[in-house]
Amino acid sequence: MRYFGLRMGQALLLLVGVSLLSFVFLQLAPGDFFSEMRLNPQVSSETVDSLRQQYGLDRPLPVRYWRWLRSVAHGELGFSFAYNSPVAPLLGVRARNTLLLTSMATFLAWSAAIPLGVLSAASPQGWLARSCSLGSATLLATPDLLLALAGLMFAVRSGWLRIGGMASAEIDAAQGWLRIRDVASHLLAPVTVLVLGSLPILLRHTTSAMREALASPFVSAARAHGIGRTRILFRHALPAAMNPLVSLMGASLASLLSASLLVEVVMGWPGIGPLLLEAILNRDLYVVIGVVMLSTFFLVAGMLTADLLLFVADPRIRREGLA
Amino acid sequence: MRASPRLWLPALCLGTVHVVVLLAAFFAPYDYSEQDRSLPFAPPTRIHFVDAQDRFHFQPFVYRRVEHAGQFRGYEEVTETRYPIRFFFHGAAYRLGSLLSSDRHLFGVEMPARISLMGTDAYGRDVFSRLLYGGQISLFAGLLATTLSLLAGTSLGIMAGFYGTWLDAAIMRLAELFLALPWLYLLFAIRAFLPLHISPAQAFLLVIAVIGLVGWARPARLVRGVALSARERAYVRAARGFGASDLYLLRRHILPQTQGVIFTQAALLIPQYVLAEVTLSFLGLGIGEPVPSWGSMLASLQQYHVLVGCWWMFFPGLMLIPIFMSYGQLSDVLQERLQS
Repeated sequence: MRYFGLRMGQALLLLVGVSLLSFVFLQLAPGDFFSEMRLNPQVSSETVDSLRQQYGLDRPLPVRYWRWLRSVAHGELGFSFAYNSPVAPLLGVRARNTLLLTSMATFLAWSAAIPLGVLSAASPQGWLARSCSLGSATLLATPDLLLALAGLMFAVRSGWLRIGGMASAEIDAAQGWLRIRDVASHLLAPVTVLVLGSLPILLRHTTSAMREALASPFVSAARAHGIGRTRILFRHALPAAMNPLVSLMGASLASLLSASLLVEVVMGWPGIGPLLLEAILNRDLYVVIGVVMLSTFFLVAGMLTADLLLFVADPRIRREGLA
Repeated sequence: MRASPRLWLPALCLGTVHVVVLLAAFFAPYDYSEQDRSLPFAPPTRIHFVDAQDRFHFQPFVYRRVEHAGQFRGYEEVTETRYPIRFFFHGAAYRLGSLLSSDRHLFGVEMPARISLMGTDAYGRDVFSRLLYGGQISLFAGLLATTLSLLAGTSLGIMAGFYGTWLDAAIMRLAELFLALPWLYLLFAIRAFLPLHISPAQAFLLVIAVIGLVGWARPARLVRGVALSARERAYVRAARGFGASDLYLLRRHILPQTQGVIFTQAALLIPQYVLAEVTLSFLGLGIGEPVPSWGSMLASLQQYHVLVGCWWMFFPGLMLIPIFMSYGQLSDVLQERLQS
């Protein structure tokens, strides 16, 4: 448990560091939300000054940071100029949508990568291994942006998949099964793109971890005992190969979040990606900071979960952690 | 380094692409901003050998195209006159750098006809020409940003590894901060704090600076590791014992050790940074009109009718695939060499 206390403390420090970094950049940046207003001849410079004063933009950096910290403590995360509301409720819904998208994509990508990786490690010269390595090399070289655009084109031209938003207008009011099915049909295209984008790296790591595990002596021993091939692969070798994969699960979240930002923007999924883009174009800086903090929080939470899983899966770490 | 086909093949491929892109003015038949408002979103020009009278010609030729009467965005060929494709064609004058000026293009056709190998965009500009000019922006933004990133990363990493103590701790904590953020979010956040409405030249420098400075942390960490182990080597201690200065040690013993890591990182970072520029420009946060970048060219695909009807607008994105494959191959080979 002390191990976890330590990790949590580190995560918290990281979040504080990121917020400090954001504020330092904010301070260095020329212009703010109201400086665009100065170009408008109908708005007098006194008005702009009083607005800036009202929102506290004229105060020095430490004061602004302190105020922001206080609003975080109130659960507000700063104030959005463009929406004229606290940031936290804006983020809440968007965060749920992004979480839905990325968790679905993570789940599906891993449930595809593990069997494919295990089987292609089991027979490295087989047709499956060859087609997997060819496919992952191609996918690895295809940028996420292109994948998203191609997915969008496919979805629009075929008309099978629904694109844009996460629910159809006429079904918006419906509840229960109908609503779930509608959201799922909107999810399908972005999730597919994300899975295709993250699959090659996962597949490569699974294959190489499995190869290492299969080369170890206990597998030969199990084989000599006459244990079946499938049982050796999934019951004996896979748990041994699991360790690097679990830590990859946390690390791959970072690239997944970045990819999901693009996919959300291109496919119109109402996650935090479009919110961030909008906030940048509006120079709505507290929303930008809020989104960055949120994405860091997702990442840190993913890493902590991976640590937890590792702790459960590997007795060596458990012992080390308790000592 | 020993040359093997696995190394020089992708290197050759990349070299060719970069040279062609640098000499875009010669290889492209038109200037990137030359418009033909009568030919918006025209598909790639068909190159003929057989004319309307079924006669075969050794010299390939094209026909002039006009808008189909009564049909929205359909084009038909006017088969009265043939326009043979001429090589080393006298077209628009251009300058390469500041010394060479010429009007020779690799190929072209006589005026009212136009040759567009990859179709045209919304203003009737030739996509192929814009692709070549856009490569100058997209590819070189990646290269320059990588240089910046490696310079910053190497110098900070070496300082951290060589001097150690509090400097090491401070630099590495900062690096962890940068690595902890999903990097596209970080890139966007920093872009958010900078002015939006600026000229293309300023935007180019700004994008390079932002991309390059966001990515310093990973090379810094790796270089630090190398410097840390090099510092304790016997010959370095011996040199120090003989009274070598820090600067001499760094230049003579530590920096050469980091070479392998730096090259491997470069092969990994360049494609990532090219993609970063493309992404920024795609979303309108990078380099804007009229200067083409592959990202801003792809941005027209955000319109419904372009996405559905104009497949040739995907070319700037497709160009990335062979380039990324080459870089991927290069980085794989370099990685293997580093580990062996």
